[in-house]
Amino acid sequence: MNYKLDFTPVLDGLPSLLTACLGTFALAIGGMILAIIIGIGGVMLRDSKIAPIRWFIKSFVEVIRNTPFLVQIYFIYFALPLAGLRLDPTPTAIIALGINGGAYAIEIIRGGVQSISRGQIEAGLALGLHKTQVFRLIVLKPALRAIFPSLTSQFVLLTLTTSIASAISAYELTSVAQQIETSSFRSFEVYGVVTVFYLVISWLMMRAFGMISTRYFSYPVK
Amino acid sequence: MTGQSSPAATAAAMISMVGVEKWYGDFKALTDIDLSVRTGEKIVLCGPSGSGKSTLIRCINHLEAYQKGEIRVDGILLGDSARTIDAIRREVGMVFQQFNLFPHMTVLENCMLAPMRSLRASKAEAEATARKLLARVKILEQADKYPAQLSGGQQQRVAIARALCMQPKVMLFDEPTSALDPEMVKEVLDTMIGLAEEGMTMICVTHEMGFARQVADRVIFMASGAIVEEAPPAEFFTRPRHERTRAFLGEILRTH
Repeated sequence: MNYKLDFTPVLDGLPSLLTACLGTFALAIGGMILAIIIGIGGVMLRDSKIAPIRWFIKSFVEVIRNTPFLVQIYFIYFALPLAGLRLDPTPTAIIALGINGGAYAIEIIRGGVQSISRGQIEAGLALGLHKTQVFRLIVLKPALRAIFPSLTSQFVLLTLTTSIASAISAYELTSVAQQIETSSFRSFEVYGVVTVFYLVISWLMMRAFGMISTRYFSYPVK
Repeated sequence: MTGQSSPAATAAAMISMVGVEKWYGDFKALTDIDLSVRTGEKIVLCGPSGSGKSTLIRCINHLEAYQKGEIRVDGILLGDSARTIDAIRREVGMVFQQFNLFPHMTVLENCMLAPMRSLRASKAEAEATARKLLARVKILEQADKYPAQLSGGQQQRVAIARALCMQPKVMLFDEPTSALDPEMVKEVLDTMIGLAEEGMTMICVTHEMGFARQVADRVIFMASGAIVEEAPPAEFFTRPRHERTRAFLGEILRTH
């Protein structure tokens, strides 16, 4: 091997790489918030009395889960302006990540909701609570607890998927890395460092979810 | 205990069921149920499994829909509209075989939830009521524990207190002691006896015949979705009229 490692361009670019991590976090956290809203809302609407709403949710989940994210983000970025909706790359990426993560979240959270016994729901109804109150106050928390590990890995995946937002040049780690790489040709060094950054970001995310879990889901169960 | 068996006029009844029928698809779960329960009356409902006794009480608070006949609770006709269903559920408390306490809430929170969300009670009001009723079922010292930290008997007493927090006019018990270890049955039955003595209108699906003897104004025996026989306990246990009742009592008194 006569490739000479040269980290100078990466070291020079370190401040901008570190700042770009904030962009990655912003995309990830924005995407997750949207995904959890879509996930919970979708689960509620999936059993709606109105058939077209049910069909919409089911088709939405099928379409999103069976098409590539790269195509989805391009579609939103290039197709929406044709419909008169022009968004910057970063909001576009957050919407795309939220929609994509939301479709998976619907399926994951639905599994949790199904694990809640019928008796819990009946107890709530018998106490005079409405269906939506029963869902929100009685079903949701134990359901989220049951699937929290799956939701965590899905959201770590969402965090890593933010790198695809570089395709529409949203501001995040991979696009900044690409810029440094293009101007320096130090691909190995740049992506080596970026790999480590992503590892740390994933680890931080998992820690954060672990803390949320202990904070909200640590009630004793048999 | 009044020991009277004649049903009061429908108008004065707390619960009245007239010609109620229920199907699950092609299976007829309830056949022509006529039942009138006076205010303060205690009914014990028994019968072999699958006889429709749980289905019957679950129709009263519309956990099960019925297809024919009429159910009234405190004068309110139980229809399909969400408003009447809600109105009736607020007046009818229910205790389940599996307790069904909410695992993510403390005992106190379990008791405060419905009064705050359904009756719009203030937090302070709801807490005061909850503490009073938890004291009444002798479990106030566990108020800050989670359901999983309690024994089955304790959980069921909390479930009774939780239902009482809604100040119901009627209490329905669906085999409240069937899931309990034998040593915990008594504490739950004692709580129910206390409630009966205070004049609560109660319908209890149970095989606890000692409880029926002590508390019931009427014992109703069901089989195959129909009411076969009803009588005050003294008569029911000593002179059952129907062959199926005799066979059932023979079974149950042998095993208890």
